[in-house]
Amino acid sequence: MDKATALDLYRVMRRIRVFEERATVLFGEGKLWGTIHSYAGEEGIAAGVCAHLRDDDWITSTHRGHGHCIAKHADLGRMYAELLGRETGYCRGRGGSMHIADTSKGNLGANGIVGGGIPIATGAALTAQQLGTDQVAVSFFGDGAANQGAFHESANLASIWKLPVIYVCENNQYAESLPVKNAFAIDDISKRAEGYGMPGVRVNGRDVRAVYDAAGELIARARRGEGPAFLVADTYRHEGHYYGDPRKYQSKDEIEGWKTRFDPLVDTRAWITGARLATQAELDAIDAEVIEEATRAVAWAEAGPPASPISLPGDVYASY
Amino acid sequence: MQATEAQPHVDQATREMFYNEALGDALRLEMERDPRVIVMGEDIAEHGGAFQVTAGLLDRFGPTRIRQTPISELGIVGAAVGAALTGLRPVVELMYVDFSGLAMDQLVNQAAQNRFMFGGQARVPMVMRTQGGSGRGNAAQHSKSLEAWFAHVAGLKVVMPSTPADAKGLLTSAIRDDDPVIFLEHKLLYRTKGEVPTGEYLVALGKADVKRGGTDLTIVTWSREVLFSLEAAEKLAADGVEAEVIDLRSLVPLDRDTMLTSVRKTHRLLVVHEAIKRGGFGAEIAAIVAEEAFDDLDAPPRRLAGLETPIPYAQHLEKSVVPQVEDIVRVARELVA
Repeated sequence: MDKATALDLYRVMRRIRVFEERATVLFGEGKLWGTIHSYAGEEGIAAGVCAHLRDDDWITSTHRGHGHCIAKHADLGRMYAELLGRETGYCRGRGGSMHIADTSKGNLGANGIVGGGIPIATGAALTAQQLGTDQVAVSFFGDGAANQGAFHESANLASIWKLPVIYVCENNQYAESLPVKNAFAIDDISKRAEGYGMPGVRVNGRDVRAVYDAAGELIARARRGEGPAFLVADTYRHEGHYYGDPRKYQSKDEIEGWKTRFDPLVDTRAWITGARLATQAELDAIDAEVIEEATRAVAWAEAGPPASPISLPGDVYASY
Repeated sequence: MQATEAQPHVDQATREMFYNEALGDALRLEMERDPRVIVMGEDIAEHGGAFQVTAGLLDRFGPTRIRQTPISELGIVGAAVGAALTGLRPVVELMYVDFSGLAMDQLVNQAAQNRFMFGGQARVPMVMRTQGGSGRGNAAQHSKSLEAWFAHVAGLKVVMPSTPADAKGLLTSAIRDDDPVIFLEHKLLYRTKGEVPTGEYLVALGKADVKRGGTDLTIVTWSREVLFSLEAAEKLAADGVEAEVIDLRSLVPLDRDTMLTSVRKTHRLLVVHEAIKRGGFGAEIAAIVAEEAFDDLDAPPRRLAGLETPIPYAQHLEKSVVPQVEDIVRVARELVA
């Protein structure tokens, strides 16, 4: 991998991590309300997959969606503005964390329904095929969503029609509080791909290179019209299911152990410096730039006007 | 309220068509006009659809635009949502409205709300055509009238044509509409016949049709009960009672003005629908009239609607639970007495 690509991946990952850290602070300060779900720990997946996507490729995301949004080149200021309920937010304060979309960058939205985005990405891929373009769609979802009927119906539909869609399952070990060992009777979720007649690939989600390489092949294949694929990335979320989750279903040892052992940012730094693609100082400089970017983004967002009052029927209907 | 833009042609040539044929005509014309229109559903290809609405379309447009699907209602409707968000104008045929529960997340949480949740960034120009209603011995899982479910969801439009011409004109408008439209046909209307304009024909969503003028009471109704209400009105006229019959045609958008104007003239309201009375859309109509025109009423608004029961199988039982012509006549007489 060349230096520019490696540093781009690292920057996206750091941007996600810093975004989540700041969002947590804002929540603690009482400036956010509702619920946020941190993507910290899973950064390598969004970064490694979206590095292969163009602005006119589509993604669907999840309740844990900040990372996908950032990897698809969203503006941090408009994301914070949405979290803060500002008119300048991506959804003008009407959607919040679980519904951020940025259609200009092909992001068809986070989704508060587990598995809700899977059929939608499948439909976006149908558009690409119908219009004869080489666009692709990627649906990000968790291990929990892999047990929804939406996944089964969509994967089958995509496979019989050879749609250009990649299903990316982020196995972060828990569906809310349910451990994967209690939710699956198989040890490797990617085995399910065989039942749909599509390639199934399992990667280590903490290794952004592995994600990048696997996703690159599957996305290129879809662009060539060779059909859908299923990518499962093993990962771990550093925080609970949501901000404030008491995490009664996990032991302290597990939480601390995973957090220190499983940090894709630490791994990525080690890889980049080890391969002499960049120095620690260069990576530190990126960190400083990202922190500065986030600081500016929060300040810009906080200065924005509150969301305008609901306007009916125009907010709800395109025509009425 | 501003109705969806549409321009019905006044001096258009017509041809007698069945209701299902008129729907197929609308699909054909819109597919010829706009390559982004595709149709998805079960048994819609060689078979021509369970009610023969898509008959002949496979030969004309091929399997990429007439997409016959596996039996996966959630997957199909969800794919339509995604396709609509990204530039197509999909029309889904769901064989029975009773199956919509299988697809409800994509309709209610996704299609209906995407525009709002995304702050206006998205449009979801899709149509879900399906059919409901009783009268064919299909029993409880294939005979419901569920319009109130959909009308209760902010973001969906709900259309229910009662005639072949309206079926064509309203479906054309629904396909060109930029919002998700639930298009509810009635299984016993498919083989009804009527004059239908040939060529492009639009009927605006949100514009009720006064089917029959009258001075003594207003009957507000939709779908198959429009036919029953008109038959009842003729019987009432024989006794000197003149009923004005209004076919709402769409519940969302709702043409409040036409029904309020009528009630202010007749001073009496009877709402007739096949769906069960409890929580039915008739309650909404009665409430609007009570709120807006209470002082114009000479009697309390009445609702005549289905009994609170699943639709039974046996023919005499099936008829006993939804309003029939003689029921409408009876209640109308009570109302004007």
